[in-house]
Amino acid sequence: MEKLLARVSALAVAAVLAFAPSAQAQSKQLTLCWAAWDPANALVELSKDFTAKTGIGMKFEFVPWTSFADRFLNELNSKGKLCDLLIGDSQWIGGAAENGHYVKLNEFFDKNGIKMSDFMPATVLGYSEWPKGTPNYWALPAMGDAVGWTYRKDWFERPEIKAEFKKKTGHELAPPKTYDQLKEIAQFFQGRTIDGKKVYGAYIYTERGSEGITMGVTNVLYDWGFEYEDPKHPYKMRGFVNSPDAVKGLEFYKSLYDCCTAPGMTNAYMQEGLDAFKSGQVAMQMNFFAFWPGLYKDPNVGGDKIGFFANPAEKKHFTQLGGQGISVVSYSPNRDGALQYIKWFATPEVQKRWWALGGYSCHKAVLNDPGFPKSAPFAQGFLTSMGIVKDFWAEPSYAQLLLAMQKRVHDYVVAGKGTAQEALDALVSDWEKVFKDDGKM
Amino acid sequence: MSEHGLSIMEHVARATPEAVARRVRGLSDRAIQWLFISPTILLLLAINIFPLVWTIRLSFTNYRANRPNARLLEIGIANYVSVLTDPDVWAAMQSTAHFLFWTIFLQTSIGFGLAWLVDRRFRGHGFWTTVILIPMMLSPAVVGNFWTFLYQPQIGLWNYALQFLTGIPASSFSMIGSVKLAPWSIIIVDTWMWTPYVMLICLAGLRSIPDYIYEAAEVDRASKWRQFWTITLPMALPFIMLAVLFRGIENFKMFDMVNLLTNGGPGSTTELASITLKREAFEKWRTGYSSAFAIILFVTVFGLANIYVKVLNRVKNR
Amino acid sequence: MTATTLAHSVVEPSGRSKGIAGTVIVVYAVISMVPLVWIFLTAFKSPSDSIAYPPKIVFHPTLDGTCNLFTTISRQTADYISSLPPPMNVCDRIARARNMVVAGPSNFVPRFLNSLIIAFGSTALSVVLGVTAAYAFSRFRVPAKDDLLFFILSTRMMPPIAVAIPIYLMYRELGLSDTHLGMILLYSAVNVSLAVWLLKGFIDEIPREYEEAALVDGYTRLQAFRKVVLPQATTGIVATAIFCLIFAWNEYAFATLLTSGQAQTAPPFIPIIIGEGGQDWPAVAAATTLFLVPILVFTVLLRKNLLRGITFGAVRK
Repeated sequence: MEKLLARVSALAVAAVLAFAPSAQAQSKQLTLCWAAWDPANALVELSKDFTAKTGIGMKFEFVPWTSFADRFLNELNSKGKLCDLLIGDSQWIGGAAENGHYVKLNEFFDKNGIKMSDFMPATVLGYSEWPKGTPNYWALPAMGDAVGWTYRKDWFERPEIKAEFKKKTGHELAPPKTYDQLKEIAQFFQGRTIDGKKVYGAYIYTERGSEGITMGVTNVLYDWGFEYEDPKHPYKMRGFVNSPDAVKGLEFYKSLYDCCTAPGMTNAYMQEGLDAFKSGQVAMQMNFFAFWPGLYKDPNVGGDKIGFFANPAEKKHFTQLGGQGISVVSYSPNRDGALQYIKWFATPEVQKRWWALGGYSCHKAVLNDPGFPKSAPFAQGFLTSMGIVKDFWAEPSYAQLLLAMQKRVHDYVVAGKGTAQEALDALVSDWEKVFKDDGKM
Repeated sequence: MSEHGLSIMEHVARATPEAVARRVRGLSDRAIQWLFISPTILLLLAINIFPLVWTIRLSFTNYRANRPNARLLEIGIANYVSVLTDPDVWAAMQSTAHFLFWTIFLQTSIGFGLAWLVDRRFRGHGFWTTVILIPMMLSPAVVGNFWTFLYQPQIGLWNYALQFLTGIPASSFSMIGSVKLAPWSIIIVDTWMWTPYVMLICLAGLRSIPDYIYEAAEVDRASKWRQFWTITLPMALPFIMLAVLFRGIENFKMFDMVNLLTNGGPGSTTELASITLKREAFEKWRTGYSSAFAIILFVTVFGLANIYVKVLNRVKNR
Repeated sequence: MTATTLAHSVVEPSGRSKGIAGTVIVVYAVISMVPLVWIFLTAFKSPSDSIAYPPKIVFHPTLDGTCNLFTTISRQTADYISSLPPPMNVCDRIARARNMVVAGPSNFVPRFLNSLIIAFGSTALSVVLGVTAAYAFSRFRVPAKDDLLFFILSTRMMPPIAVAIPIYLMYRELGLSDTHLGMILLYSAVNVSLAVWLLKGFIDEIPREYEEAALVDGYTRLQAFRKVVLPQATTGIVATAIFCLIFAWNEYAFATLLTSGQAQTAPPFIPIIIGEGGQDWPAVAAATTLFLVPILVFTVLLRKNLLRGITFGAVRK
């Protein structure tokens, strides 16, 4: 027993000592943090070239979207040293800049001849700048992205389905240009049996925990005329967030959710959408462009069977911005290596290869190439979408603003509590409270 | 324990307290006592009490852990007032109460029933008891995560089994998706996990009842039914109450399983107090506010548990 | 004991009642095992079988789940794949068959190791602290003993999220965030209350006379503790250690809030294993199976002391 106890104590001491300061970080290795999704796996493949060129090894830390923000904002707030490079979400930029989580890159860009004018303006505004509209850069645009739609081209092209749609609605069955058309098509497919399988009309975001339902509902709200604030008076939200148009938009999203989604899609974000589409369950899927390369290669629903369209219009035409810039974390002990990676990543050759492997480059060398729109069936849609993007608040208080919206919208759309007007009124009050606490109102 | 033990016993016979005291060498008992206790107390002070004091301190400020550079303001009891007047907090408390009531009710009734049956001591009861106990040893987080799969309306096992048995279409309802069913989905998982726990404690209670009491009741020709109500249940009651106490405290703190199973949804239907607290503290980063909330929760559970223990002791000494 | 040995004891249940009881218990046990069996089966399904409707009970077992658990894979074009050297191992082959390439190892193995380090480290620390404190509480007239014991127990009543707020701030200042040491200290603090209470019960049961005799023999108090008390308490120490180990192994709330990449354990990691689209259920199931097996072993080992452990020593028999 004595020996056992001695051994156990020795083990405890050894465990404590050996792993106490986890400072066995090797200088010849960088950790890159991002979300766990198709493009990240493509980046692993791409980064092998960086390692081959510089001898610097790459480690990756990928977290699914539903815990992505929680996890890495927590990491930044705790001054963690895990990530040398972070591909953080567009809305984090305000907080990360003001609290010193990211390294400011202006000087580095100037020294190494990296010009922001080489990147698409919408991506520079969305992913790199804080305060918005000023030349203060905290990230290099890494992954352009926006919400778009996929549809089952093979179903849309079947003569019997086409004929029946025409008979029922008087319209031709084609990818929708407006949300009203989209709903009509979704209603048509809802509950239909295709190839012996019951299918559903549309897949839309409903996730509660992180940002899902907000990223879905804003696509509709923007199109109906929702504004975050009075364009003339910053932070004046009453009458804009809860305008009659915005209320109609929110009601539309709920009606789409009620009429045309698969059962059980009450807490669904990107992953569930992919599952639903890949298993042949839905006719149309709302999701981020980031997934289109992977879906296009899918053996079951890819290739000829899949088509893509940009977010439909209504009174206006916008789409929700996705995508991220790559930043250097200021707590990283490997700042030089991290900057070296960014420098490598910004070169046109790497950017071209990035697009080829399945990442959405934001570099003009890629996007302005005359062959680009034809380089993939979704390339043109991507260009169109990047011209009409709008983003959620990128304020330092973005998390609070987002969680308020998640709750209000989910309570109304999915849980069916109250009316759209009540939900948006409550949202305005929530947001006003946040900005008052921040001293901005 | 053979020869050595014997010799010790001999010594015991001879030893007198004075002799013991004279012969002790090395460190004094008092020194050893503090040497043995203080590391534990120090660890608890550092990792439990100091943070608790810090939490109390923060609960009177507007501190936010994600704004280290912001100005810190003393705001008195404002945080406590806003917690207690926040309708979301009360909604969370209501969900917690619903969850607590039904999990305890189901676990106690099923658990006691199972214990009563296991107490028949049929062949192989030891093996089957161990099998039944397995769920409670598992990680609630990992379990909660996997149950989301079992609950899926399209591909999940449960909906399919129900369709198979009753004919209700599997895709016609979603346990974790519907506002009506979601509160029950977490109750079912918790009951699956923790009924064995209550069973085990109840079993100890049943086995603590001496046989001669039943024999006396038989002699008095008391019916089995009467024996159950006048002997079995009252004598096992302190044990049942102990099980309820432990389950109550644990489920009041419930976070991991529910966080992974429903994440508080749909809407805020299953948002228990701990989940609201997590959102305020680690997603909205309202550190001051959530510190006040944390203190309120701690005082609640501590107070309730104390009252309960007093009642429990009264029942025990009856 | 005489009553049970009698042929027609009034207390001994009748054969029929035993039969009914046995049937109900076996049925309950079997149903409650269904989720675990399903996890185990899913671990060997192919991703498409795992989400098939209706759920597949008979299927062709594959290693897809296991491979996806241990590797990161990336979908690539056929041209790109044909330019690569031939597959090196079974996982590579499985990936290539689905137009994918193995991009590198996943983070599962490091997370599993973290779980082992933190669980064993904290268990060792809490048992060492627990056994000494329990001995002192059992044998000496400690001032305010009951208050101290209650204080030790009450630290366990705080919701973990509430504790995590100040710990988060404290660890941030001390640089203990996301370190093994930080997690070992934290779990030890949580477990030490259980260890003290359980071990005090076990040590109370060891007759004082043994030590006193040793003292008479010329042992110092420390020697008596080591050579007489500890060997007698072996069973209790082992049982306590297993309980501490299980807690640390299963813990999620602290791990998810206070660790990130360096010291993250398996429980916060398993739920975020995703494949190409959707949660990769076979991989999650494989991870869950690997994670649960040690617990099953421990449950069997603990059978006799389970009750004591789960009630903080309040119920001993």
